[in-house]
Amino acid sequence: MTMQLQSTETPAAPVKHPPDTALRQFLDSNRAALGTLAVFVVMISGFAIASPRVFLHWPIYSSVLVTLPVALCLVVPLVFVVTVGEIDLSFPATMGFSAWIFALVVQAGYSPFLGIAAALVTGTLLGLGVGALVVVADLSSLIATLGLNYMLRGFILICTQGKSIALSDLADSPAYNLLSSQLWGIPVQIFWAIGFVVLAGVLFNRHPFGARVKAVGDNPDSAGQMGINVRHTRIAAFAFMGLGAGLSGIFTTMINFTWWPTTGDGYLLPAIASVFVGGTPTWGGVGTITGGAIGALIVSFIQSGIVAAGLSGFYVQFFNGLIIILSLLGHRWNQKRYR
Amino acid sequence: MPERLIELKDIAKSYGRVFAVGGVNFHVDRGEVVGLIGDNGAGKSTLIKMLAGAIRPTSGDILVRGQLERNWDASRSRAAGIETVFQDRALCVQQSITRNIFMGRELRNPLGLLDVARERLEAERLMREIGFTSKVFTPDSVVGQLSGGERQGVALARAIYNKADLIVMDEPTTALSLTETAKVFRFVRTVREGGRSVLFIGHNIHHVFDIAERFVVMDRGRVALQATKSEIGTAGRLIEFMEKLAHPSGVSTEAGAAP
Repeated sequence: MTMQLQSTETPAAPVKHPPDTALRQFLDSNRAALGTLAVFVVMISGFAIASPRVFLHWPIYSSVLVTLPVALCLVVPLVFVVTVGEIDLSFPATMGFSAWIFALVVQAGYSPFLGIAAALVTGTLLGLGVGALVVVADLSSLIATLGLNYMLRGFILICTQGKSIALSDLADSPAYNLLSSQLWGIPVQIFWAIGFVVLAGVLFNRHPFGARVKAVGDNPDSAGQMGINVRHTRIAAFAFMGLGAGLSGIFTTMINFTWWPTTGDGYLLPAIASVFVGGTPTWGGVGTITGGAIGALIVSFIQSGIVAAGLSGFYVQFFNGLIIILSLLGHRWNQKRYR
Repeated sequence: MPERLIELKDIAKSYGRVFAVGGVNFHVDRGEVVGLIGDNGAGKSTLIKMLAGAIRPTSGDILVRGQLERNWDASRSRAAGIETVFQDRALCVQQSITRNIFMGRELRNPLGLLDVARERLEAERLMREIGFTSKVFTPDSVVGQLSGGERQGVALARAIYNKADLIVMDEPTTALSLTETAKVFRFVRTVREGGRSVLFIGHNIHHVFDIAERFVVMDRGRVALQATKSEIGTAGRLIEFMEKLAHPSGVSTEAGAAP
């Protein structure tokens, strides 16, 4: 008998790598985010050429900065959920539910700060519950969270009989000044949202939790063998999603001085699109917070951009789809896939 | 005499009335590479799972550095300095070499964040220690870029980092090319030179004969042969012995008879 070796894996070919400079490393580790940034720059340039009157002046940016924080607080935690290998479609209802709690507390005459705390706790607990149900019962998160979204929204509608809550006193409160007013002409909530994105980025890239989220999404069996609690990590990602949904619920209610039973409904598809436009792949294990944030920026600008560029509103959906598809194609070409 | 690292005395494991391992005596000394050979169903896997504490023996004693162990389980096994590199290597291919080495036991700074600089330094040191000298890869390289042998090296580096005295490698050369196998052998030799022991499980007798100094041949749940390389002589004679075990026509080996 002679040596029988099955070479099922290609032996290391002498690959020539470019020198390992700091710039190259930065480019490599931020590929997806930089690609998304390029898409954003190209898109804004296109809009600016089509409609310089609108896009070379501040108001359009200011109006986007009012609604962008709501999207950011949803998109960034969703990157965690997608990276851990799951999906959450229940966050619009969680957002509506947390905002409802906030509105009820404020309506009852308590401090809006108490309302904020209550909404954040509610969001986190709902996320925890969603995660626990999906993970412990081993359900498909795609279907289970879709069902939960309907159930939770239905519960809100049954309880409120479809009635909204107006919070006109909110405008004078210190909480409003702190979270929803303007600073040097810039909507103040964008600062909070950026803070949230930075914290989430640190959690994702520089904290053991982020490392474990990626490991579990990459290969749950390996992660488990190395002593990572796979279930806890997944549930925690859903809980974080709940926290983000609570935060965005507070923002949207404060902007409008009104809570509607439908609060959160319109955010499902744009938030999901932002995650993938941002360069986080669907298969889990890798993701980008910065990319997701820029993705949210792109999605927020499409609508106002197209209308401002002089096209009728009928074009919005078409261009929405076009940007999503082009981004996906770009990321497919830009990123290597190892699984 | 070299220090006896671990010793199994009369270890048996039965599932109902079926003996997977029936009364095996087995030991590994400090700084030696032991080859564990045997056909499918010979009891190799059961044996190493008992070493790793993943399954409990039905009877028999386990001694670590001469001390009898009670309540042997996975965490005791790890505490005793035994690390198992499983066949699938337990890697996450989209993560960096550093992240794979520190998976599940990240180094933290006082703020509770990842101590990225220290992890990177440690990963670099480990890569050097196992002879991972390629300039092409850095600790930040994604494991998916690595070849099979290099991935085995990352799994090995992880075991070394845990300060293992005995590294159990389950079929580390299966599905590897010649050059890749050579790479794994080099890793194993470097590990041994560092004073650690390796238990090398393999199907390919040539591979195992090349790398190990002492051999344990299992057959149907029993140890059929324990011998050093010089006692056996050549890989050919070991293969001859294995073939006789598989087809005992006219040749009756004592160990070949299953209960």
